Amino acid sequence: MADKAGKGMFKNTAVRMIAALVAVGVFSGITLVFVYNYAMPKIQTNVKAETDRAIRNIFPGASRIESTREEDVSRVMDARGGLLGYAFTAEGNGYQGCIKLIAGVDAGLSGMKGMEVIESQETPGLGAEIAGGTFKEQFKGLSIVHPIEYVKNRKPQKPYQIEALTGATISSRAVVNILNRRIREIRGLLKGK
Amino acid sequence: MKDFIKGLWRQNPVFVQVLGMCPTLAVTTKALFGFSMGMATTFVVVSSGVMISAIRRFVPEQVRIPMFTVIIATFVTAADYFLKANFFQISKALGPYIPLIVVNCLILGRAEAFASKHGVLRSFLDALGMGLGFTCALIVLGAVRELLGAGTVFGCRVMWKGFTNWIVMLLPAGAFMTLGFLVGIFNIVDKRVKKGKKQGTAAADRR
Repeated sequence: MADKAGKGMFKNTAVRMIAALVAVGVFSGITLVFVYNYAMPKIQTNVKAETDRAIRNIFPGASRIESTREEDVSRVMDARGGLLGYAFTAEGNGYQGCIKLIAGVDAGLSGMKGMEVIESQETPGLGAEIAGGTFKEQFKGLSIVHPIEYVKNRKPQKPYQIEALTGATISSRAVVNILNRRIREIRGLLKGK
Repeated sequence: MKDFIKGLWRQNPVFVQVLGMCPTLAVTTKALFGFSMGMATTFVVVSSGVMISAIRRFVPEQVRIPMFTVIIATFVTAADYFLKANFFQISKALGPYIPLIVVNCLILGRAEAFASKHGVLRSFLDALGMGLGFTCALIVLGAVRELLGAGTVFGCRVMWKGFTNWIVMLLPAGAFMTLGFLVGIFNIVDKRVKKGKKQGTAAADRR
């Protein structure tokens, strides 16, 4: 079209181009509004369900999970309303990308209740084992009076030590660092009250 | 009908055209992920193909690429939200690769090469063929990698007890190796089929 166009035609083409782009943009916008309205509530439910499941895994006796004033920290109660501890999210860099965890500590902030890996892009078969049973179990009842440490290729000696995964030291260290940093933060946050 | 069939075999997007390698290699650690990725891509390539074919007369040539891209991006976002809402675990496993369907050259390629030049029905068949061809390729790739890397296919145990998982198959290197072997096998089969056809016609001529 444009090659045989005079000056007036050129203007015309420009108008057409703009009109076409605007039309596509409007169509796209409207479509996405509908999709968003349909999907968003469901997505939020999914995220919440996943968090709840992780927290219940960490605190087997949990019956009520209350959010605190702090974002991403919740208070976990048993059936009689007694405080079981706090659950919180923690994230940081792993070997290949962000690792996102949910962890639980007891009410006195002296020991861990456990942790669950929500998201990770670690190497399958090596680093991805941070989400596996053996590694995860080590965090149950781990003392956090002292920052958590990891040891390699031997059984942990101290109550605040875990054994790093063979072949995935970086992933193991990442989990330990993420937890230590977040636990320090949580301690500060909860002390404020 | 020819438009539909060619995507499945003669112009298979993965094995022949070698298009869309990023999702092909990245997500096929499990057959299920390959399937989900393939279905999402099929949805996008079909709906954008139909849409583009329907509006092809109103698209000024100079701005066709941005228009196609916006249309494709819209459908990709829709697919992404849909997966997140209904198949949360799968969507989490596929991570950023669903939004990245936008840059899968298979889709823009079909829009540019076919849908913008042909009618709605033919574009639909072409896109469907391409999408399903892509899906099949991804399932095969995923199944092979899952079988050797984890001893399962679609999550069901296939290998015998005590089978050592070839973890390398789940890593990027395994993706390249599997793809290489599959393309090789594909070519051998393809050659055989063509040869058989030629002999068939030659025999018919003689008669």
